[in-house]
Amino acid sequence: MTAIIDYGVGNLFSLKSSFAVIGEEAVVTNDPQVIDKADRIILPGVGAFGDAAKKLFESGMADVLLQQAEKGKPILGICLGMQLLFEKSYEYGEHKGLSLINGSVKPMSDILSKEYKIPQIGWNALRFVSERSPLFKYINEGDFVYFVHSYYGADCDESLIATVEYGFDVTAAVADKNVFGTQFHPEKSGEVGLKILKAFCELKKE
Amino acid sequence: MITKRIIPCLDVKDGRVVKGVNFLGLADVSSPVKLAKFYSECGADELVFYDITASAEGRALFTDILCEAASSVFIPLTVGGGINTTDDFDRVLKCGADKVSVNSGAIRNPDLIHAAAQKYGDQCVVLSVDAKRVDGSYHVFAKGGREDTGMDAIEWIKRGQKMGAGEIVLNSIDTDGVKQGFDLEMLGAVCEIATVPVIASGGAGNMEHFTQLFNALPTVDAGLAASIFHFGEVDIKALKEKLRNDGINVRL
Repeated sequence: MTAIIDYGVGNLFSLKSSFAVIGEEAVVTNDPQVIDKADRIILPGVGAFGDAAKKLFESGMADVLLQQAEKGKPILGICLGMQLLFEKSYEYGEHKGLSLINGSVKPMSDILSKEYKIPQIGWNALRFVSERSPLFKYINEGDFVYFVHSYYGADCDESLIATVEYGFDVTAAVADKNVFGTQFHPEKSGEVGLKILKAFCELKKE
Repeated sequence: MITKRIIPCLDVKDGRVVKGVNFLGLADVSSPVKLAKFYSECGADELVFYDITASAEGRALFTDILCEAASSVFIPLTVGGGINTTDDFDRVLKCGADKVSVNSGAIRNPDLIHAAAQKYGDQCVVLSVDAKRVDGSYHVFAKGGREDTGMDAIEWIKRGQKMGAGEIVLNSIDTDGVKQGFDLEMLGAVCEIATVPVIASGGAGNMEHFTQLFNALPTVDAGLAASIFHFGEVDIKALKEKLRNDGINVRL
């Protein structure tokens, strides 16, 4: 069973539906006992980093996630959920993240020239970094996934597993042992996205 | 690089797709859910569901259909029509919509853009503008293009961006339904001031019109159309193959 963490951020309807379609049981929950019983965890999220991080830390969910990560359980952060795995973010100030992935989250406007629109909205082609991550077992380099974001994961070279080209090599996905993150939305990336979720569901506890 | 997007728009009234649908091989041609699945399989990059019902029953039926579509189609969904408050945003986002487009509701109450962007993020708010040439400038029209607001479209779009709109749909009333191509002149004027993605709407009659659009205006992000897709005049897969052959970056 997959636990989709509900901490009051974003809309989980499509995410839950996508698990139904690939035939995997998924529960939307904020109950630590249910999360502890789950085989794997999804950390979703849309909106602003500061607000979401505050909710995670103040509700105690951050501690639950850190304990589960320590146990070796597979965790996948999606979009803002990926960014929350980083050490910190510079979105409207400076905010602390979960520090499960080394690096920080910075505005794309720091790097991009005016011809690039922010947010990056749309489909972009994945480029794998080094060897193929188990998350990409069923997809190919060059497959398209759907992005909506204005900030990006920076200084995370050691965890980088995929990038996309948008004026520079933008972090598309990261992994450090059992902890994974995608900047794109697998639940909105058609067949390719469903294949990524399927591969995630096949990962075993480390 | 990010690809140019092709977006079919489904106008839904009392639970059915209107504007006529004429497909071979689709049994229930006016079912929004079946049509959404079909378009997704053909390679549509996104879908727009436009609610044109006026009744409360029709609205409830629309949200049911949206939920059903979002349970079986895993590409981005934008919902428009009858969006007047942040509660309306809430209603459709809970059913699996990713973006919500505002038009007349934002003209009546411009603060809706700001309020929704604050609550759901800029990326969620699409400003849809129906514009028409009046006395040498572009005017914003409300109520499905029936009422001239007197507002300048370029100024309205600038203001919408400032208030937090994350995407602009520009529908030219002058070219809509004429099928002689997109309104490149009006779109060009919008692209000059746009800082967020621009979606072109109104006027596509064949595949070549999409090539013309993206070649003439490289900063346009997407092309939207309805009847040419519904009537099978343009097949989305064939369209994207043609665009790729014409050197335009698309998802295939």
